[in-house]
Amino acid sequence: MVNLVSKSPVDGLVPLKINGLSLTEIVPEQVTSVAPYAGQESAASEALTALIGAGIPAPNRSTGRDGARVIWTGAGQAMVIGPVVDPSLAQHAALTDQSDAWVTFKLQGQGVEEVLARLTPLDLNPGVFKTGHAARSQLGHMNAVFLKVAADAFEIMIFRSMARTAVHEFEIAMKAVAARAALS
Amino acid sequence: MRIKCPLCGDRDSREFTPMGHETYMNRPDDEGWSPAWDNYLHLRDNPAGITREMWYHGAGCTSWLRVERDTVTHDILRVELAADVKRGNS
Repeated sequence: MVNLVSKSPVDGLVPLKINGLSLTEIVPEQVTSVAPYAGQESAASEALTALIGAGIPAPNRSTGRDGARVIWTGAGQAMVIGPVVDPSLAQHAALTDQSDAWVTFKLQGQGVEEVLARLTPLDLNPGVFKTGHAARSQLGHMNAVFLKVAADAFEIMIFRSMARTAVHEFEIAMKAVAARAALS
Repeated sequence: MRIKCPLCGDRDSREFTPMGHETYMNRPDDEGWSPAWDNYLHLRDNPAGITREMWYHGAGCTSWLRVERDTVTHDILRVELAADVKRGNS
């Protein structure tokens, strides 16, 4: 009998700690995409709220809390991060289990925006992009989901197949920001 | 160049891919060959000034957009979701 081993896509690559900033991996219990059917948007949101206590967020936003979050991830689509979504929601929305398709990073520390500014075209100025805000954009050349979870912390979701490249990009940007700080 | 996506907000042009003139929104109804198909596939103006094009926000919300812009000044004048334009909601 083959014994399958569950393995992290960034096994041995994280955690990274560079100049007060840390890069770690977060492993949610489940990641499910929720795409409401046409005209079913509010019904789907109400049903999801009844199930996990958080509805479908507006564009560029998230709902819920750490451990049970819903993140807006594109036109007509959100991702439920954490709880297992009850199949009954399928009467209002297309559900897809994406748990193994993504790797989730947490980048935390003072000046976290300076590191991300080297990697994404998003405006992450604290006055514009606030805690709870979410965005779909690029990290380097990789499509990514950004979520601000605290004043000094972001969660970044990347396709699992690009996990190693993402760590490499983070590491170079973190080292570059540290090198600049050492000069001043 | 920056494009203000109706869903995502003001974003850098590297997130978008241009598809071509808005002619592509109006596919001819007939299945056989006709001058309408010739026009749909091949005939394009090359305006110095205001034009309307399809852009794909592939690195963002994955929406198709109709962008009105000026090819001389590179001003972006109007951005709408192509789905809204098609449904008459814009």
